[in-house]
Amino acid sequence: MAMPTMAETIHVATASNFSQPLKLLAKSFEENSSHTVRISAASTGKLYAQIKHGAPYHLFLAADQKRPEILEKEGLAITNSRFTYAVGELALWAPQQQFTGEAKALISQTDIHRISIANPKIAPYGIAARQTLKAMGLWEQLQGRLVQGENIAQTYQFIASGAAEMGFVARSQLSEEAKTKGYYWAVPPNLHDPIRQDAVLLKRGADSPAAKAFLAFLRSESAKEVIRAQGYGLGDS
Amino acid sequence: MESADISALWVTLRLALTTTLILLLLGTPLAWWLSQTQSRIKTVIEALVALPLVLPPTVLGFYLLIALAPGGIIGGFSAHGLAFSFTGLVIGSVLYSLPFVVQPLQNAFGSINRLHLEAASTLRASPLDRFFSIVLPLSRPGFITAATLGFAHTVGEFGVVLMIGGNIPGETQVLSIAIYDHVEALEYAQAHWLSGGLLLFSFIILFLVYRQNNRWAHS
Repeated sequence: MAMPTMAETIHVATASNFSQPLKLLAKSFEENSSHTVRISAASTGKLYAQIKHGAPYHLFLAADQKRPEILEKEGLAITNSRFTYAVGELALWAPQQQFTGEAKALISQTDIHRISIANPKIAPYGIAARQTLKAMGLWEQLQGRLVQGENIAQTYQFIASGAAEMGFVARSQLSEEAKTKGYYWAVPPNLHDPIRQDAVLLKRGADSPAAKAFLAFLRSESAKEVIRAQGYGLGDS
Repeated sequence: MESADISALWVTLRLALTTTLILLLLGTPLAWWLSQTQSRIKTVIEALVALPLVLPPTVLGFYLLIALAPGGIIGGFSAHGLAFSFTGLVIGSVLYSLPFVVQPLQNAFGSINRLHLEAASTLRASPLDRFFSIVLPLSRPGFITAATLGFAHTVGEFGVVLMIGGNIPGETQVLSIAIYDHVEALEYAQAHWLSGGLLLFSFIILFLVYRQNNRWAHS
């Protein structure tokens, strides 16, 4: 016999790039349970620092694997709770370019003045963009024309505002309409390491049945469907 | 310090100096006009000047990015726009630090005894002559405060640069952004060095200004 469960509020810290899909997922989770999900979105690095200093989150949905791994080693996350909930996909987007040809030819055009990427030092999508440009043999020649967003949302905004002509964004950021406007190129996954985004149960959530239930929900088929529809690939879990 | 940090320090100092100079040149006539005028639009101008004090820098940065983009109202004057350039940062910083320079100057000009000016006027001193030989020396503390606050506020600028800079080393990567990146990359040791340095620097500057102003006030 199932015990009646107490209604809980789950605090989820998520990397900004996943906040939109998470809102949808939280809504469907709330509809099927008595729990409430509260979402805090920020960059993975900032959330890591907050968790390290006692932020009251139950779950952490990072934009990479590194930060959840460190938390695990530091004893702030529950061992063996970590899994890849989504795999980010990179896309080249140039909304104002009427160009039909290979992406490499477009990027090499000298009248392209500003190309926006996420900061490779801190943002996983930035690391992937750098790897992609290096794999295409364009990284060196583009120095001086690359501008960096602090995260993938700002990278997108640089392009959307017209301040940069093109850039590497997350496929999940682009609507179907945006893709048909101008030039869109889905970067083949073999050009960069996979952008694996890991989720982990934090120490604060260790005794919360609701937090564990939400984590299990993230691996369910219905959740996977939402994640895929939002423009992400799936991990092998 | 890493070479990237040194270059960020250099960009920051260059930006703060350029901004302060421009603000003193633009702010002095503006503050003088505000302190003397009876015009009805005075209140409107005062409110506009004070706006950066209350607006989040992100609002300023958001609109500046659009204005500085190629084809934008400011960026349209340059072939490739002015976003992600040092010039763009200077434009942003001048707007952002404007009240910090104009308000102390306006206060200083406003507190000058009109009798001095009228006396000079009866001695047939031209308006320009009166400004340089009476107003300027009497408002010295105001100028020092204005220049220091403008400079220090630009050094501490973060939100606007984050929104319009694009983090280009040697061009738009300033100290506050470098600190942010260190924190994000979990390089807390470097973040401590730069943050501590900036904290100390800001305190020393403010301390020196207040000490100087107190001395003048007592002399």
